[in-house]
Amino acid sequence: MSAFRATFQRELLLLWAGGGALAPLGYFLGATMLVPLAMGPDRALLAVAGPPLVWIAAALAVLAMLERLFQADLEDGSLDQMLLSRAPLELIMFAKGAALWCAIGLPLAIAGAPAAIALQAPVERAAMIVVSLALGTAAFIGVGLVGAAVTASVKRGGVLIALIVLPLFAPPIIFGASVAAGQDVGAAISILAGCALGAAAIGPVAAAAALRLQAE
Amino acid sequence: MSARGPFQDKPSIRVEALTLSRGGRVLFEGLSFAAASGAYVEVHGSNGSGKTSLLRAIAGFLKPSAGQVAFDGVEEPALATHYVGHANAVKREASVRDHLRYWAGLFGGAASEDFIAQTLDLGRVLTLPVRVLSQGQARRIALARLIIAPRPVWLLDEPAASLDESGKAVLNELIASHRASGGVVVAAVHEPLGATPSQIVRVPR
Amino acid sequence: MFSAFANPARFMAFSAGAAPALFVGALILFATGIPWALFYSPADYQMGDTARIMYVHVPAAWWSMGVYAFMTGASFVSLVWRHVLADVAARAAAPVGAVFAAICLITGSLWGAPTWGTWWEWDGRMTSMLVLFITYLGYLALWAAVEDEEKAARLAAILCLVGAINLPIVKFSVDWWSTLHQPASIMRSGGSAIHPEMLGPLLTMAGAYLLLFGALTLMNMRSAIHRRRVENARLRGAQA
Repeated sequence: MSAFRATFQRELLLLWAGGGALAPLGYFLGATMLVPLAMGPDRALLAVAGPPLVWIAAALAVLAMLERLFQADLEDGSLDQMLLSRAPLELIMFAKGAALWCAIGLPLAIAGAPAAIALQAPVERAAMIVVSLALGTAAFIGVGLVGAAVTASVKRGGVLIALIVLPLFAPPIIFGASVAAGQDVGAAISILAGCALGAAAIGPVAAAAALRLQAE
Repeated sequence: MSARGPFQDKPSIRVEALTLSRGGRVLFEGLSFAAASGAYVEVHGSNGSGKTSLLRAIAGFLKPSAGQVAFDGVEEPALATHYVGHANAVKREASVRDHLRYWAGLFGGAASEDFIAQTLDLGRVLTLPVRVLSQGQARRIALARLIIAPRPVWLLDEPAASLDESGKAVLNELIASHRASGGVVVAAVHEPLGATPSQIVRVPR
Repeated sequence: MFSAFANPARFMAFSAGAAPALFVGALILFATGIPWALFYSPADYQMGDTARIMYVHVPAAWWSMGVYAFMTGASFVSLVWRHVLADVAARAAAPVGAVFAAICLITGSLWGAPTWGTWWEWDGRMTSMLVLFITYLGYLALWAAVEDEEKAARLAAILCLVGAINLPIVKFSVDWWSTLHQPASIMRSGGSAIHPEMLGPLLTMAGAYLLLFGALTLMNMRSAIHRRRVENARLRGAQA
């Protein structure tokens, strides 16, 4: 078994044992539920503001997963073993991100369809919303790896991660929310795919560089 | 494992004029020693003297401020070491078998699960999650890394911590057979493990 | 530039003279530029005297980006050559850049009130400046949170480089987004060609900001180096 596959399987197993997508999904749906409670059930208003707010909720749900992402590995010595692996740390980071996306990102993307529809997005747009959220969560996780890695040694780093990562979330939010709102969908989705690819390429490399420093 | 062992190239390490610092504080300066194939080096020193940092520098985690660690007779220095630190690198939720499989993938291991479980007496708990096991059993899982994939240099930080008598005996057997097959063992210890070290390195204060 | 500052002792000798000189230069340029901008340059034919806030706003916008570019360069040097002065330089420049970005946002808001009729307009420039400001805050917060200073420097350098990739993307995406959301009727501040008589005071102010940045950064670097020396001496005292 390759180091990539071993890492991917192990991370999935650990995420699953920690409750899987249950908590982030619940958080996502709960945050979405607060939107009509805050704005009132006015359909016209919701139809405009609702779908973009689904994106905010998805971003926050990913953000909430990041704090412990590397902290546990740093504290219990797992990071040292990753450094001694026959695969480069960058690849292991990619495997970790991929596992997080499968366990959390994809379920969030799928749950995004009913959430957006509940917030008065047209039903025929649901498929596009799922695709865009799948790309968007990949971008969030990619840049999130960097934020989690540079703050791994900081106790109670949750607020710090948010401060660091939120500016990096800006591009995918912009294009993702455009898809959800049905504006210029074709262009938005291709740029969103670009964001996801870029984050998947840069995130693991920068995270690995930061974690090598953290292990010193 | 035969006495001729898997390490035909006589692996050895040389620590040359090593200076380590952490957080801007110099731990020690100009430390040198060499460990030949089959050597068992015990590192002694008081708390905070930098024993752990020395092992981490040999493993390549910690960049030295000066000096270097040189490997001879190994193909790839980055893949030459096993490191068993204070922390066992185990996850509470995963089972013993999960750990063995994960590490086999990570290090490219071939040793069979049964052999490992038998050697370390983990057979009865193979499918249990780590959270229900004792500290000593968790330590045995960490030691399993040493035999999952053969690597010439073992870096052990207080390897006997929380091991019972039979655990210590197993550890000494592992060290003995690793030395017999030509490997190098460097262990930071407070209490001597029992086996006679070929060399004692004192980390100066 | 960095090779000239290669060793801290030489840097301290150089900066002891350079920092005050730059500071005096900045004062002279401000003393020239401010009256020139306020009294002797033509009023904007559309916006009247309120346009004079431009002389504070535009240089702040330019140099808040310029400072980030400087930090990116220093971070790169720090990561590749592990150069101590590069760490110190990036850290010393960050608060100055953050304050420039804040000045730009505040003056932009003050300018917006009479011209756009709103204190805040989510147009492309203001929004990307806000993202830049938050990026500065994250950078400074990371430095403050990591205890080991050497580690903090390298981690912050990685973050700075990632931010340097992110900011142009943000600029592009925010532009795309504001064309989508806004009617084109809103007047753009820098859209029309600038009156040549305004260029003199504007460039003078830009020069003043640059010299001020240089002076403050050198002073910050000097105090950081002094602090490290004191800490090292204390540690050595404690170890002896």
